[in-house]
Amino acid sequence: MDRLFRALTFIFALAVLALAALIAFELYRNSVLSQKAFGWSFLTRQIWDPVEEDFGALTFIYGTLITSALALLLAVPVGIGVAIFLAELAPKPMSEVCAFLIELLAAIPSVIYGLIGIFVIVPIMRVQVQPFLIKHLGFLPLFKGPAYGIGLLTAALVLAIMIVPFITTITREVLMSVPREQKEAAMALGATRWEVVRMAMLPYARSGIAGSVFLALGRALGETMAVTMVIGNSTHIQASLLAPGYTMAAVLANEFAEADSELYTHTLIEVGLALFVITIIVNGIARLILGRMKVAPVS
Amino acid sequence: MNTNASTRDVVNVAAFGVTALCAALTLGILFFILGYVLIHGIGALNWDFFTKLPKPVGENGGGMANAIVGTAKLVGLAGVFGLPIGILGGTYLAEYGRGRFSFFVRYAADVINGVPSIVVGIVAYTLVVMPVRHFSALAGSIALAMILIPISLRSTEEFLRLVPNAIRESALALGLPQWKVILFVVYPSALSGISTGALLSLSRVSGETAPLLFTAFGNRFWSSGLLNPIASLPVMIFTYSIAPYDDWHRQAWAAALVLLMLVLLANVGARLMLRRRTYT
Amino acid sequence: MKKVFVALLILIAGAHVWAAPLLINGAGATFPYPIYSKWFDEYSKANPDIQMNYQSIGSGGGIKQISSHTVDFGASDGPMTDAQLQKAEGQLLHFPTVLGGVVPIYNVDGVVTSLKFSQEAMAKIFLGQVTLWSDPLIKKDNPSVHLPATSITVVHRADGSGTTYCWTDFLSKISAEWKNRVGKANSVNWPVGLGGKGNEGVAGLIKQTPNSIGYVELIYATQNKLDYGALENKAGKFILCSNASVSAAAANAAKNMPRDFRVSITNAEGNESYPASTFTWLLIYRRQSDGAKGKALVDFLDWMLTKGQTYADDLGYAPLPANVIPMEKDAIKLIEIKG
Repeated sequence: MDRLFRALTFIFALAVLALAALIAFELYRNSVLSQKAFGWSFLTRQIWDPVEEDFGALTFIYGTLITSALALLLAVPVGIGVAIFLAELAPKPMSEVCAFLIELLAAIPSVIYGLIGIFVIVPIMRVQVQPFLIKHLGFLPLFKGPAYGIGLLTAALVLAIMIVPFITTITREVLMSVPREQKEAAMALGATRWEVVRMAMLPYARSGIAGSVFLALGRALGETMAVTMVIGNSTHIQASLLAPGYTMAAVLANEFAEADSELYTHTLIEVGLALFVITIIVNGIARLILGRMKVAPVS
Repeated sequence: MNTNASTRDVVNVAAFGVTALCAALTLGILFFILGYVLIHGIGALNWDFFTKLPKPVGENGGGMANAIVGTAKLVGLAGVFGLPIGILGGTYLAEYGRGRFSFFVRYAADVINGVPSIVVGIVAYTLVVMPVRHFSALAGSIALAMILIPISLRSTEEFLRLVPNAIRESALALGLPQWKVILFVVYPSALSGISTGALLSLSRVSGETAPLLFTAFGNRFWSSGLLNPIASLPVMIFTYSIAPYDDWHRQAWAAALVLLMLVLLANVGARLMLRRRTYT
Repeated sequence: MKKVFVALLILIAGAHVWAAPLLINGAGATFPYPIYSKWFDEYSKANPDIQMNYQSIGSGGGIKQISSHTVDFGASDGPMTDAQLQKAEGQLLHFPTVLGGVVPIYNVDGVVTSLKFSQEAMAKIFLGQVTLWSDPLIKKDNPSVHLPATSITVVHRADGSGTTYCWTDFLSKISAEWKNRVGKANSVNWPVGLGGKGNEGVAGLIKQTPNSIGYVELIYATQNKLDYGALENKAGKFILCSNASVSAAAANAAKNMPRDFRVSITNAEGNESYPASTFTWLLIYRRQSDGAKGKALVDFLDWMLTKGQTYADDLGYAPLPANVIPMEKDAIKLIEIKG
């Protein structure tokens, strides 16, 4: 009976592994036409011409990586800041309530983020933020061009809001788990509270924070609806962060329903496959870091 | 730490001030989003919304009763398919899993969790819709189950691990076989945690749009059985918000409000369930 | 393995299948979705034992789903190509239902009147060759309007769409360069511009972006209270889109309507014809293997050609030209119903 129960749970655990393999296999099987037609150059070419059926995914890969990187740049300091505030400054009950509220931010469906993005964030970006950037930093190619409102930077901002909870939740947990002796040692040396945070706690929490960053990155890479609504959907790579761009998930959301030829469909599924491989790598890194730490990721 | 003490104090206050600002900003964003959806959605909410079928264009009124029931049916079925895998698989990881195999299962769960939901929809389409040539509630719920499995797997494992080993050991010392220990000792002590995880995973998938577009499809009527297309709230929000009619936009916001409330209630409920039983 | 799987699926769900009224599923174009939802509602009221369920997933999606038999009928704003027809498992028939027009919408500082666009100007704006609103090509036809010397932001559809098909079909007919460089399709490789998702997305971007120009179905322009421009037609006249000018284009094109109804009516002959007009079609298999569904579809097509047409005007669509209706009635007779 013991064996039976163990075997039963084993089979269900195996099913999870099988499911991942099945997803990979389905993506592979349904993109063979595109793999044959374009080979590895699919990943490095910028062309996207549905009429001539000539495809390359570079624009989408670039857009996905750049928006995710920017989102991290914005979200990591804020997320860590919130975590420090909750772990060190806020009284315990308040910290608990706030931590829960911030987790709620991760529970909001992404289609709702998209609506907020379009109706609130885009106008603010177009009227205030982007003209400001163009005026003061316009000499950099990164901030050139007209203020459309939508674009890479806006998408990164929406993503940043969505991933802050991932960073805050884990970082707060590891900060709160810093051994008391470690903090007291620093205090005994006459450190201010901030110096304790900076010198005793953050270094201790370093790998936990790094793990949370990679988990957040995994989420940002695959986010679909919210990004699709604010990224601008242009298939040309431009240097400016204010320019419209495209991400891998967004092109799937936009074009999969309308892809009327087999090669076109396979091409889109290959974009999905490429995205799948990237998430495998990013999650692998997060797992390696967090695996040593016994901190479970939020979902 | 040899610099002027007053400068250090200023830095201390300033640094914590910045962290407080970060917290205020993040919470402010949350309340803004909730308020925005509330203000736009509340006006269109009425009794009809919960009890009537959608009306065609040009006739105001009607509701989304079929989509509300549809979402419940899809999410419920996803639970039926996905939760056993998540919970029993999680049990294996927590109770038996030590070696390399468990590492790969956890890793696979993270990978599935990271797959964009639209890709899950595509996979469900090629696996379920194409063989039977029919969009169906079944296909939609299988897509949702794929998203739900990794979430409930990891949360089950996490909460089982929170059960102190002493409890297991004392039960084993009484001569109970391990499977009975797990079923009758470990599960009951982790019950609130496991059901919280289940509830959260269900609430997470209830907001998914992309995986349903090519699987559950949509239906303007009540859907019977499992093999017919079925309506759902997220898909209704999506179609109504891109149509050119003001009345439909109002209903899209109302649906967004209902969906958001369901998700928030599930989260708050989960939190309360955990409150009742903690291990510290 | 696959067969076992299929059998299992049917077994799980089998018990419920025959309980409800006859459900006929269709999918496709978003542009006629409003009138289709009205039609199917009215039709179900008259025939309570039949439920027609239509999902607007886009024209390409309609073609894809009907071709792989996952729905009972498809719908598209662009006719299927020969290659697509060959791929489908079975012979598909096209049935035109109503007509619509695609209009240029814009948001130019200080301009509140309807602008006129010559064919050359329109093509060059979308090719990215005319980049300023004050360009002589635009000014020439709008002498009384003060056009600012600001750059033009082009907005197009990001998702594949029948609206895009109609617009690029129009551009291909009026510009050889467009035809060679870009071509016509549900989605194309745009030379310039921002992409919006759906008609709503494009209309929203235009509203929000000063000095922009884009294209949407007429009803989205009127519903969003956006100015839309007049287009130069084949006869050299500037025509505003309306049910009348779209019908005029259809009537002229319908004189030599092919038997399979796959006809493009962009840039049609005639002084009154609006040049960016299109039919929208239902796609139905000639051989209906399910007798009940086949009968219901035929009955619906008859209803659509008579009673159904009366709803068109109110909802902002142009009804079918009179001479097309008898042709379609003949085509309905082609449908073979089994059993």
